[in-house]
Amino acid sequence: MARTLINLPRNPKRGEVIEIRTLIQHGMETGYRPGPNGVTQQRDIIRSFTCLFNNEEVFRAELHQAIAANPFLEFSMLVTESGILAFTWSGDNGFEQTETRALTVA
Amino acid sequence: MRRAALALLLAPLIALAAAAQPQSGFELMAPETQAMQRDDTANPGMLWVQEGEALWQQSGCAGCHGDAAASMRGAAARYPVYDEARAGPIDLAGRINQCRVERQGAPALALEGEPLLALGSFVAHQSRGLPVAPPADPRLAPARAQGEALFRERRGQLNLSCAQCHDDNAGRRLAGSPIPQGHPNGYPLYRLEWQGMGSLQRRLRNCMAGVRSEPFAYGAPEYIAIETFLMSRAAGLLLETPAVRP
Amino acid sequence: MSSRFSSPCVISRRSLTGGLLAVALVWPVRAAEREGLQQVILGFTGGARPRPGRVTLDIPSLVENGNTVPVTIAVESPMSEADHVRGIALFNEKNPQPHVVTARFGPRSGRARLATRIRLATSQTLVAVAEMSDGTYWSDSAEVIVTLAACVEF
Repeated sequence: MARTLINLPRNPKRGEVIEIRTLIQHGMETGYRPGPNGVTQQRDIIRSFTCLFNNEEVFRAELHQAIAANPFLEFSMLVTESGILAFTWSGDNGFEQTETRALTVA
Repeated sequence: MRRAALALLLAPLIALAAAAQPQSGFELMAPETQAMQRDDTANPGMLWVQEGEALWQQSGCAGCHGDAAASMRGAAARYPVYDEARAGPIDLAGRINQCRVERQGAPALALEGEPLLALGSFVAHQSRGLPVAPPADPRLAPARAQGEALFRERRGQLNLSCAQCHDDNAGRRLAGSPIPQGHPNGYPLYRLEWQGMGSLQRRLRNCMAGVRSEPFAYGAPEYIAIETFLMSRAAGLLLETPAVRP
Repeated sequence: MSSRFSSPCVISRRSLTGGLLAVALVWPVRAAEREGLQQVILGFTGGARPRPGRVTLDIPSLVENGNTVPVTIAVESPMSEADHVRGIALFNEKNPQPHVVTARFGPRSGRARLATRIRLATSQTLVAVAEMSDGTYWSDSAEVIVTLAACVEF
């Protein structure tokens, strides 16, 4: 399991647009760099990220090698009700991780 | 005229005072890199701090040390300290490994490996915001003197000492990059160049390779001597772990 | 100590830049093999030429390290069911791969804004393109100068 940091405002109001920040520990190996033995390392990146709110898509991103290691993504969401946010990162070598957070409107 | 003369007289004094006040490398960073460090929800080093907290719990550190927020506060501000067993200074990573081997019967963690960096980051993070306060222990004096000698010794194919960049030319530029004073007040830190977390020893190795000298092996007493000197040189600077540096 | 060096130019700049900065390239140059920036943008828009405007690409013009460059892209839009931004894509001119990130939005997004951190192999142009719900494309571009870090690993 990769470490993640997810930041949301604690008790947003209905109708408010909030900023959500996510960080995940991942090397984002480009596939262009030589390893310590001089041989080019295999590409190993996170290729996609999705954020669902009560199973409805809020934001989705397709990532490429040009995304920095330990990918950081900040995006917005319109708050309509309390519910569950699900964040999923997936990528090379079968990488897949989902984190959930409860969102409670004030 | 008189005012100008006074300013001229005072200028060297002001310059001296400024030189005596250590400056964190943070001050020389671009605003966006500063912002990355300042905000814990944006600072990638916090991933390692979080990992270290999990390891602290899993490895049973809390069994003796309890709540790290209380027991570890100030540790990173004092280290390296004098260690009887070594009859010399021991750094924080060395202490963590000593604790594992001698008190937990666990194997030592690899130097510069992710678990040790994570634990070290978590422990050092407990001292964030505290001033660097090296102990006045006279038994550290020989290591401090050795560290200072290494700091001032020219080395490598470029025949440069640490002091030539970080004392004599600090604040100026080396091509595009500002030269910092070279203080150890944010380690382990997230270096953009590394795309990850690293120790002071890794940074020292980068400098040594930079002047084309053979770096010492990880854990070498020379690094700990340099760190002992650097901590005394940085006295009063606030700890920033996990710092972010370019 | 400083008297050892000729002032005001410290240590021979050539020896320092040559010695400390001539380091292994992180990415081999493969520019010749990759598609051009314009081609890739037209691939995203389905052949439409994006109009400049409505998009704000915010990135430092001089970056300290190309490995981690913060970038923010925002698009003016009411983000309603009828009028919203469907997607934002960021492209580069000189990395081995032209794509950086493609983000998809909907009315739930509230705001068409994305912040991330990217890698830039060298100084170059970046272009952000937004796709609107009415099928139009808008863009902004930025020139970025990438400096090399001193004393990197060998």
